[in-house]
Amino acid sequence: MAIMAVQSASNLDGMLLRIKLQRVERRRKLRAFTLVLPLLLLNLIAFVSPIGRMMFNAIHDDTLLTLMPRTTAALSAWDGKDLPSESAYAALAEDLKQAWAQKTSGVIGTRINYELPGASGEVASSARQASTLSAAPYKAALIEISPLWGQRGVWSLLKRGHSAYTAYYLLRSVDYQYGPDSRIVASPPEYAVFRDVFLRTLGISVGVTAATLLLGFPVAYLLARLPLMTSNMLMIMVVLPFWTSGLVRTTAWVILLQEHGLINDMLMALHIISQPAALIYNRIGTVITMTYIQLPFTLLPIYSVMKTISPSYIRAARSLGAGPFYAFWKVYFPQSLPGIAAGCLLTFIVCLGYYLTPALVGGPRDQMVASFVAYYTNEELNWGMASALGAILLAATLLLYYVYNKLVGVDQLKLG
Amino acid sequence: MRPSLMIAGALATGLAASALMPVKPAFAGDRLTIVTWGGAAQAAYRKAIFDPFTKTTGIKIIDDEWNGEIAKVRAMVEAKTVSWDVITTPTSSAVRMCNDGLIETIDWKKVGLDRDQFGDAGKFDCGLPQAYNGTVVAYDKNRLPNGPKTIADLFDTKVFPGKRGLWKNVSTKLEWALIADGVPRKEVYKVLRTPEGVDRAFRKLDTIKQHVIWWTSGAQPMQLLADRQVVMTEAWNTRVTDAVKQSGQPFEMMWDAAVGGWQYWVIPKGTPRLDDAYKYLGFAGTPQTEAALTRYLPLGPGNRDAMALVDPAVLPDLANSPEHYAVAMQPDPQFWLERGDELTQRFNAWLAK
Repeated sequence: MAIMAVQSASNLDGMLLRIKLQRVERRRKLRAFTLVLPLLLLNLIAFVSPIGRMMFNAIHDDTLLTLMPRTTAALSAWDGKDLPSESAYAALAEDLKQAWAQKTSGVIGTRINYELPGASGEVASSARQASTLSAAPYKAALIEISPLWGQRGVWSLLKRGHSAYTAYYLLRSVDYQYGPDSRIVASPPEYAVFRDVFLRTLGISVGVTAATLLLGFPVAYLLARLPLMTSNMLMIMVVLPFWTSGLVRTTAWVILLQEHGLINDMLMALHIISQPAALIYNRIGTVITMTYIQLPFTLLPIYSVMKTISPSYIRAARSLGAGPFYAFWKVYFPQSLPGIAAGCLLTFIVCLGYYLTPALVGGPRDQMVASFVAYYTNEELNWGMASALGAILLAATLLLYYVYNKLVGVDQLKLG
Repeated sequence: MRPSLMIAGALATGLAASALMPVKPAFAGDRLTIVTWGGAAQAAYRKAIFDPFTKTTGIKIIDDEWNGEIAKVRAMVEAKTVSWDVITTPTSSAVRMCNDGLIETIDWKKVGLDRDQFGDAGKFDCGLPQAYNGTVVAYDKNRLPNGPKTIADLFDTKVFPGKRGLWKNVSTKLEWALIADGVPRKEVYKVLRTPEGVDRAFRKLDTIKQHVIWWTSGAQPMQLLADRQVVMTEAWNTRVTDAVKQSGQPFEMMWDAAVGGWQYWVIPKGTPRLDDAYKYLGFAGTPQTEAALTRYLPLGPGNRDAMALVDPAVLPDLANSPEHYAVAMQPDPQFWLERGDELTQRFNAWLAK
């Protein structure tokens, strides 16, 4: 009896203790959460939601649905084989009249023009003339106004417009489009550029990453092994460029690389070349400048990992009879791999989004995906295309990251 | 929770909330924001138009600048937070913004000027013709003493070896390519309206594609010429005159097939200061004001009556002086309105290949 009482008392104590512990734990969690909350909010507002919105824009387009409601509705029963019936044309005439009155014909024309180049002018003039049409039959009258309305292509486009979601932008971003019968076909060669642009973006990024690794690895190795005083001095020189804006550094390269720039003038004065070499406004200039800018991003993670490798390992390897290269390759290098993996990944992903440098020192054939995103956002005002290109780049980056993770293992990455 | 944490939390939510809230433009009476292209032009506008306008009406002018991004105007108009009251814009963007309903249809009664004074350019519904400039070919006369004489020379890499600067924009490129290929300039747009004509223009451009450095802003071609990166370049006449007069550069202009272009004053839809904006248009469009501007910048006046008031010494720099106008190529805004989107797409794809 007495024993049982003692047991239950200690049980009670244990429970109380557990509750107390839980309470403390909960409070600690809450405090930790409160500390991260500002960052979390910032991430949600400034990062996750715009990207989500962008991904949504890539497939969402209700221009035709809201601005041509009658036509898109009238076409839902259309079989797509011949031209639609008179009722669809009557609906079109009504929509065009409304578009003319509300000055929305430009927006409609622009949207149709994306898929049928040259249609925007036809839509604008049709809207103007349709406002004078008063009675049926509309079919002949509208085809008379513009032959555009006698083409099946525009009608299947309008029929697709009945849905607020479209795959057009994504298709276009990989050089496909809808044919006149809504089947997916390859874009005509004079408009098909995006597959090239994506491959080019990947190619330049891989090239720059490899170049930064080749240049950065020996420097990191040197820095990690020098006495602290000297290596600190050299480190300052590596980090110094971060104090200047990327725009200024890129512009500095324009001065160095141009036809009568520092490098060409020097090489010509030394009689190494007789004609100025083409170093700028091409792939060479782009890769050189990007390599320069990305170098610290690759170098620093490698350096900080190398710092943690104890020199005694190499000494042990040497004392056991390994030659200098063998000791480096079999003992030191594998230990620096996590830093190499982290530095390369960092540089590669940053490179995928380069815009400024190719714009300033590259030619038109060196522009990467980001420059097309900027073009569609600022100049063409085709935000669907901008979003689709961005979404594909993001998806490709995540996919590459996944593959990288499978090959290298992200838990292997080390930033120091 | 400790007070410091609460403050941090409150701060964060406050920051987040303020980031979400649209910033309302500070409303101030008797103030107009006029948007120009910046650079030397901005100072010229201030001296020739803004300051005299403030003196006469008491309305202060704040200047802002843009590079023709319609997206900015669209964002303002759609969000109903219009902070730009009057913008100067070239014909192409003016027509586009007018079609998209982003700018006001001009009420000439409110402007208080005679629309006929502005000739053909005044027939446009949504803007007041402000200035005429020319897209020309510029070169360094020290390096090319026998400079290019016709637009065909721009395409002749045998007689004029070296890189050429061209504006990264489809307009003027196709017209020049066809004229250089032997199409009479009156028939350029007739040929361009056919698919074969467009192919022909692109084929001609192919011949110099590897010799071209593309520029995107008006100051670049002058820099490219000064750095000897190009032997000749497409350029805007105002920039060339400015480089010659201000920096003493030995640049010359070739006016053959120069493409003229109108700049319009336009008013974004939904500005809360519409009446003052009209007052400004009425002031800026008078022959006196437009002629005064030519003293600072070689921009041809839009008001015909202003021509008589222009200083004869400035006349040779203007793109619409009689002798330049005679050899110029008149662009067809209707053509570019109809086909601009399509040809821009094709041009950009062509560039990227």
